[in-house]
Amino acid sequence: MSRAGRRLAVCAALLAALPWVPGLDGGFARSLLTQMGIAAIFAISYNLLLGQTGLLSFGHAVYFGLGGYAAIHLLRAVNAGLPLPLPLVPLAGLAAGLVAGIAIGAVATRRAGTIFALITLGVGELVHAASLMLPAFFGGEEGVTASRTRAPHLFGLDFGSQVQVYYVVAFWLVAAALAALAFMRTPVGRMCNAVRDNPERAEFIGYNPQRIRFIACSVAAALAGLAGGLHAINYEIVTSEAVGAARSGEVLLMVYIGGVHHFAGAILGAVAITWLQVSLSDYTSAWLLYLGLFFMAIILYAPGGLAGILARHAAIVRARAAGPVMLAYAFALPAALLMIAGSATLIEIAYRLSTRPEAGARMRLFWIPMNAATPWPWIGAALVALAGYLLLKRAAPRVRAAWDLASPAEAVRG
Amino acid sequence: MRTIPCLTSLAVAMLLNCGTAAADLKIAYIDPLSGGAASAGVNSQKHVQFYADKINAAGGLNGEKIEVLSYDNKVNPQESLIMLKKAIDEGARIVIQGNGSAVAHAITDAVLKHNERNPGKEVLYFNYAAIDPALTNEKCHFWHFRFDADVDMKMAALTDAIAQDPKIRKVYLINQDYSFGKAVSAAAKSMLKAKRPDIEIVGDELHPLQKVQDFSPYVAKIKASGADTVITGNWSNDMLLLFKAGKDAGLKVNWYTYYGGGLGSVPAIGKDGVGMLKQVTEYHNNALPQPDPDEVAFKKRYTGTADEFYYWRLKNTFAMLVAAAAKAKSNDPVKLARALEGMKLDTPTGPIEMRADNHQLLQPLFVSTLSDKAKHGIEGTNLGFVTDRKIDAAQTALPTTCKMQRPG
Amino acid sequence: MLEIAAFSLLNGVVYGLMLFMLSSGLTLIFSLMGVLNFAHASFFMLGAYFSFQLGRWIGFWPALVLAPLACAVVGALVERFGLRRVHGQGHVAEILFTFGLSYVIGELVIMAWGRGPIENRVPAAIDFPLFTLMGTNYPFYKAMMMAISVGMFAFLWVAFRRTRVGLVIQAALTHPRMVGALGHDVPRLFVLVFAVGSGLAGLAGVIGGFALLTEPNMAVALGPIVFVVVVVGGLGSIPGAFIASMAIGIVQTFAVALDYSLADAFRAAGIAVAPGSALRELYAIKIAQAAPIIPYFLLVLMLIVRPRGIMGTRDQ
Repeated sequence: MSRAGRRLAVCAALLAALPWVPGLDGGFARSLLTQMGIAAIFAISYNLLLGQTGLLSFGHAVYFGLGGYAAIHLLRAVNAGLPLPLPLVPLAGLAAGLVAGIAIGAVATRRAGTIFALITLGVGELVHAASLMLPAFFGGEEGVTASRTRAPHLFGLDFGSQVQVYYVVAFWLVAAALAALAFMRTPVGRMCNAVRDNPERAEFIGYNPQRIRFIACSVAAALAGLAGGLHAINYEIVTSEAVGAARSGEVLLMVYIGGVHHFAGAILGAVAITWLQVSLSDYTSAWLLYLGLFFMAIILYAPGGLAGILARHAAIVRARAAGPVMLAYAFALPAALLMIAGSATLIEIAYRLSTRPEAGARMRLFWIPMNAATPWPWIGAALVALAGYLLLKRAAPRVRAAWDLASPAEAVRG
Repeated sequence: MRTIPCLTSLAVAMLLNCGTAAADLKIAYIDPLSGGAASAGVNSQKHVQFYADKINAAGGLNGEKIEVLSYDNKVNPQESLIMLKKAIDEGARIVIQGNGSAVAHAITDAVLKHNERNPGKEVLYFNYAAIDPALTNEKCHFWHFRFDADVDMKMAALTDAIAQDPKIRKVYLINQDYSFGKAVSAAAKSMLKAKRPDIEIVGDELHPLQKVQDFSPYVAKIKASGADTVITGNWSNDMLLLFKAGKDAGLKVNWYTYYGGGLGSVPAIGKDGVGMLKQVTEYHNNALPQPDPDEVAFKKRYTGTADEFYYWRLKNTFAMLVAAAAKAKSNDPVKLARALEGMKLDTPTGPIEMRADNHQLLQPLFVSTLSDKAKHGIEGTNLGFVTDRKIDAAQTALPTTCKMQRPG
Repeated sequence: MLEIAAFSLLNGVVYGLMLFMLSSGLTLIFSLMGVLNFAHASFFMLGAYFSFQLGRWIGFWPALVLAPLACAVVGALVERFGLRRVHGQGHVAEILFTFGLSYVIGELVIMAWGRGPIENRVPAAIDFPLFTLMGTNYPFYKAMMMAISVGMFAFLWVAFRRTRVGLVIQAALTHPRMVGALGHDVPRLFVLVFAVGSGLAGLAGVIGGFALLTEPNMAVALGPIVFVVVVVGGLGSIPGAFIASMAIGIVQTFAVALDYSLADAFRAAGIAVAPGSALRELYAIKIAQAAPIIPYFLLVLMLIVRPRGIMGTRDQ
């Protein structure tokens, strides 16, 4: 078996085993895994645009949502008696995404850069507003619903349980990842990178950058439509949020935080953000603020995203040069934690007072009881944050030096 | 690189903890706690917590304490379904939700599917504010109970009041462009036609939901139409901004509203609304001769200006739940649902009844007008609502198309 | 009908002028720095909140001056300590930075003032009807909004054409390197322009805040429209932004008054639409209902037909 084939087998086996891992075998965890799978496909599709072709889109949810609507309408037809097994229903999303991608891409990809971003923003707002005006297809505010169990049973499966849907998603995730990887290995896929890095040169060697962008946009749209189709069978409902600006922003955050330059970054970002969205919102109402700050920190300090950070560390570990870096981290980490804990405390007490005054000023953070109505928690937290910052500032040169030692060729941005 | 996602997924496994303890009766509260509609969600959450604590202080239900699990759905149907799954996994047996008919459609559908697919693990859905009539008509089912009067019942009360006022000649309808707003508009047209055929409907506006920044153009239209009365189902920002634009332009019309007394609206219209602003609700703070003890206790516990005791229907909801638990002698959802069907109770505003044929609560409704002479003002103003007419629970009942299917 | 026309025009002009105040700042920033500032509407929101808070502490009139200044300071800090660091990574990173910033500002506003709308009422000093036309009041504060925006425009014009800094900025628009070589501090110009742009947005926020609704969502609601204005007017062109603001303000306001649909047009033209036609629903949409999507329609159309916009001089 080839190396790639072995990797594929390992990953497929892991995906198959995940919903049986203790802790992940509950209904909610399986539902979360399913969501992560769908988000991963969506992010892979967006990465083809942003990461591979350098096109920044603010309206990628249009393809996702239109794919979702196509699939849910097909599912309704299946409910009405069309003999089609459920796992094939998302293909309607793929087709709808492709059609939308061709239609929108034909005009949007005539430009790149800022203009492309603005066109996609406009198209996104347009489709979202239209979705509420045409209730016959979009179902208005309450959306379109269907039932996934009222379909022909495949191998005796009725797809009522979450784990069965998970496997449908996992199957399409593997298929989508393989398709995206294969696309990137084709000459057109290579040219996408060329167009991203230097459109003029790409044109010089005889490729039309607009055509390349158009192809990338169509392929990405088709995959986004597939994700939308899976979304439709998972929730059995598609609403206008599916095409909305929030979802377009979300996938952008996922891919960028995960790491635009790595294929795995998209998946990593999708998993991390989905988990944050669902779980972090239970612990703190300030989760969006943390997400936004984290995003900005990534832009400022680690443009490679999470995958970039992991890859850089993996590289020095492989080169057996990680020792000094880890030692430097030993100094920096407590300082960073101190700073984060101090700032998080400030944020949490401010949020408590402004958004949940009814819960009272007494609260418990990091196992310390405090009363936000008195100045002491504020002063204390600010001092802790400040101390953390100052210590971090002192530790930073040490980390930088360690990195220079470990990988002298690279500029330090990890 | 492919190992990264796999490893991350494993890490996620450790971060999740899915403990299910079943000692308490868990009630899942799913409503917006962040985002634009959070003010409404946070306020009703306080009501739910208040009643849960009250019941627990009295010993709980059949020996079980109520535990309220709160979930933030950001008024997003899809997010609501995620939260519903989570709630069910954490052992919730009753789901309470209200804000947004679109969300209610998603939840009612999902609850029905869950109960069909998981016999023995049923959950009940208590809807306290989503009032699209479809939910208790063509979309009704055994597991859904609605504790707020629907669009048609409230419109019947409003149009009865309009029919009594001979000065009303021209009516303008302005509503939000989605199922609820359309239902309000349709109900207004058909009922006015039946009750006052002489009234002319001079405008029937549907505007985008929660997207309009400045209602001045709409107010100019209302003004130009010569309307003396406006009927609107607008809520939250759409109500507030409509009032604000009307006030700026000096618009003098009667406002017949569903949510004219909702959070922030009365301060927005101010004195201009006195005698002109009417609403239909199941309660307002001058409805009873003396404030209800629950209202007093609630105001004592929550002291912000926005902390109005607004959701009387949640009092009714929990009163019904207590009675049903006593009657069923069990907290099993199926038995509770059977006990709730046809349940009758006496409450401070009058007798109430849970209809067995479509699971719609019948409760007294009040049509009230904003006044500067009310005993109790709202939201820190000296303006409050006074009752014009009270409609007894039995009179609010309307025919239903529901064909209730009961299990086993 | 005349009544609607008169008031639609007045309302449209006020709305247009407010859009212009926002878009002029954005245009200024874009033309000098090439940054499409996604957080621009967030500064608008900050202006509204700052004026509300300062108004409580020190009264409305000082707040009217100080709130935009506070926004300008925040803008300068963002440029100096944030944007400048990502400048080297290209435009995508800059756009993303401002995109993230818009999230963060939105959440910080929630942190400081809560999630619901605040009671940012029109101050009593300016809350009276200016005149009554055909039975409808025209509030004074709207006239004041007009006056402030027109004054702002005049100020910008003079500052741009007549002052030394204005001339340097104009030079930096086209020849940043040359300006640098001549000894001017271009990065400092960036800070200055970003601060002025943010301050303008803040000023729009102060007067827009009580005309609209001051709530944490207001930036999200207004942001895309400002982009439409800037693009339709022509990226980098202040007169273009003015024309586009007024056009969009007036068109959007007038559209609300028009209860006609495509179906009416067909009927008037004698074309019958089959009752079962799939597009029937599309034809039945009234212009009034479609009012909010008109700007985006314009945007997409403009970008396809003439990406440089009405008055733009360059494509990107």
